[in-house]
Amino acid sequence: MNIIIPIKQVPETSNVKMDPETGTMIREGVESIINPLDLYAIEIGIQLKEEHGGKVTVITMGPPKAEKALKEAIAMGCDDGILISDRKFAGSDTWSTAYVLGEAIKKIGNYDLILAGERATDGDTGQVGPNIAAYLNLTLGTYISRIDEVTSDSIVVERLLEEGYEKLQMPLPSLITVVKEISYPRLPTLRGKQKARMTDLPLLTASDMELEEELLGLNGSPTRVVKIESPKVTRGGTIITAKDEDMLEESVDKLIEFLKSKEII
Amino acid sequence: MEYRNIWTMAETHEGRLKDVSYELLSRGRALADKLEEHLVSVVIGNDVDKEQINELILRGADKVLVVESENLNDFIVENYSNLVVDLIQKRKPNIILAAATANGRTFMPHVAMRLHTGLTADCTELDIEKETKNLLQTRPAIGGNILATIKTPNHRPQMATVRPKSSKPLETDESRTGEVEIIEFDESLVDGRVKKLASEYSKDSGLNIHGADIVVAGGKGMKKGENFAILKELADKLGGVIGASRDAVDRGWAVYPQQVGLSGKTVTPKLYIAVGISGAIQHLAGMKTSEIIISINIDPEAEIFKVSDFGIVGDLFEVVPLLNKKLQEEVK
Ligand SMILES: Cc1cc2nc3c(=O)[nH]c(=O)nc-3n(C[C@H](O)[C@H](O)[C@H](O)COP(=O)(O)OP(=O)(O)OC[C@H]3O[C@@H](n4cnc5c(N)ncnc54)[C@H](O)[C@@H]3O)c2cc1C
Ligand SMILES: Nc1ncnc2c1ncn2[C@@H]1O[C@H](COP(=O)(O)O)[C@@H](O)[C@H]1O
Repeated sequence: MNIIIPIKQVPETSNVKMDPETGTMIREGVESIINPLDLYAIEIGIQLKEEHGGKVTVITMGPPKAEKALKEAIAMGCDDGILISDRKFAGSDTWSTAYVLGEAIKKIGNYDLILAGERATDGDTGQVGPNIAAYLNLTLGTYISRIDEVTSDSIVVERLLEEGYEKLQMPLPSLITVVKEISYPRLPTLRGKQKARMTDLPLLTASDMELEEELLGLNGSPTRVVKIESPKVTRGGTIITAKDEDMLEESVDKLIEFLKSKEII
Repeated sequence: MEYRNIWTMAETHEGRLKDVSYELLSRGRALADKLEEHLVSVVIGNDVDKEQINELILRGADKVLVVESENLNDFIVENYSNLVVDLIQKRKPNIILAAATANGRTFMPHVAMRLHTGLTADCTELDIEKETKNLLQTRPAIGGNILATIKTPNHRPQMATVRPKSSKPLETDESRTGEVEIIEFDESLVDGRVKKLASEYSKDSGLNIHGADIVVAGGKGMKKGENFAILKELADKLGGVIGASRDAVDRGWAVYPQQVGLSGKTVTPKLYIAVGISGAIQHLAGMKTSEIIISINIDPEAEIFKVSDFGIVGDLFEVVPLLNKKLQEEVK
């Protein structure tokens, strides 16, 4: 079973700092990591390979430094990595990103399954996976929480939605996006890291694929960001300290008053 | 033909319209009035409750398009996408709004890709730009640290998904009238490659934290899975459901569908109560936009207090049981 996993390199958001003046993210000193939600796709991809043979190829579209994300995925156990990078791709929205990734996947060929993350923690759209499936006319399963069965030409998967779960039978090849519940990502091993260091990462640029120039980057993107603001975070609410018995009573009474004033009770 | 009118995609589940179908109409109504265009609700499903379809008109729609078929009973994205693409090509709407639910966030990007148009995910605000009449779509990004406003200047339709619970449905207005148009489903649009084998919808809607008005969430401070019982009692008294931080889910005290945050769900309930949750940025990303936030935490420095409208610094094992007791007395 040959698997392709598109992964994204994102800034580590646990210590994101915002510039209060401009409302933009301060990128200096912020480490770049594999989109945490892509780790679940990588893990289940490696497991499927271990069980059914074949190989796992990770691909990423991004600046040259995104190579690091590919190396990390190889250190975890993926076989190959391909960097898709070109200045022409700068400023791509989800449509243009999926267009390039879709063409790259066509070029790579010979795959049975594409595994994407549920969403990237920076852009946070969750659109690129479904976009790629639509572009390649591959059947799509989103929010997949379990793979129940794999045969030579189909998979049975469980999909998580608001109301519960549903089971889908999908042909191969298909594209699925996965949620955290599907796997526990493993850590890279020392041997994996050595292998990653030795693995060459081929580069795909715009001219290596059959791309229409006017569909690339900012120009090819249907959407435009017109404004960025940092929302006010602090609410300055009432905070009461229940340091003793009396204050405990009082704080709970005040809370009940608060709930009443908001017509919750 | 010019692109005109605003469409809202009603969402059906087992023949019933979900609440978000009406919430989308209040968003759409405001846009339609500004643009002086019609508001159309699109219902796709099988044997959908007729009274609910009529309610779409009473709650703001000028027109309802209904497409029903046994083949539309289950949400199979390829079938939905084929149908929606076909409808859009024939009728050319200007704006399409759908729910930012598992299904909405699946078929909308599928459709947008095929039609080469823009789609903005998970919007919390929508408006019309005065000069250009473009749709302005505002959404949180980077774990809720920024609000980005996005538009689609040169492609049509302009598409957006909207968070459930981020707006209220309009009151029903019995005097409103509108047309219900039944469109016959062209069965050749059925894709047939994917089959739904089974579904397991939880009977208690407790796991649907997305759709709940009140979420009572517990974190590592709960210390043990059994202790969630006091939260359940609180949630039951308030008519809410149980959510959890990732730490609580990782420890097995709650299940993944209950996880709120960056790698879980984003919720926008009327009331969010955080109990024994520190307020890590990844947790805040999933609940910061709640209308009212209440927190209970023993640590006065906990980040969660910064986003709270009301907070108690105290031991949750004292505060919550006392709160439950006093709420019990209230109802008496
Ligand atoms: C990529 C990534 C994605 C993540 N996604 C998510 C996500 O989706 N959701 C999420 O929640 N987290 C997520 N996290 C984890 C997040 O960083 C925090 O680790 C997590 O939210 C902490 O959970 P907590 O608040 O329950 O635990 P803690 O941070 O340990 O907080 C426990 C709190 O309980 C309080 N407490 C303890 N005892 C009592 C008591 N007796 N009475 C009252 N208060 C008490 C403590 O003061 C403390 O503030 C993610 C992390 C990463 C790196
Ligand atoms: N630039 C990219 N390169 C490779 N994969 C990507 C890229 N952007 C998004 N993806 C994939 O698409 C998923 C959803 O991303 P997004 O739509 O940006 O939230 C991610 O989890 C990745 O699997």
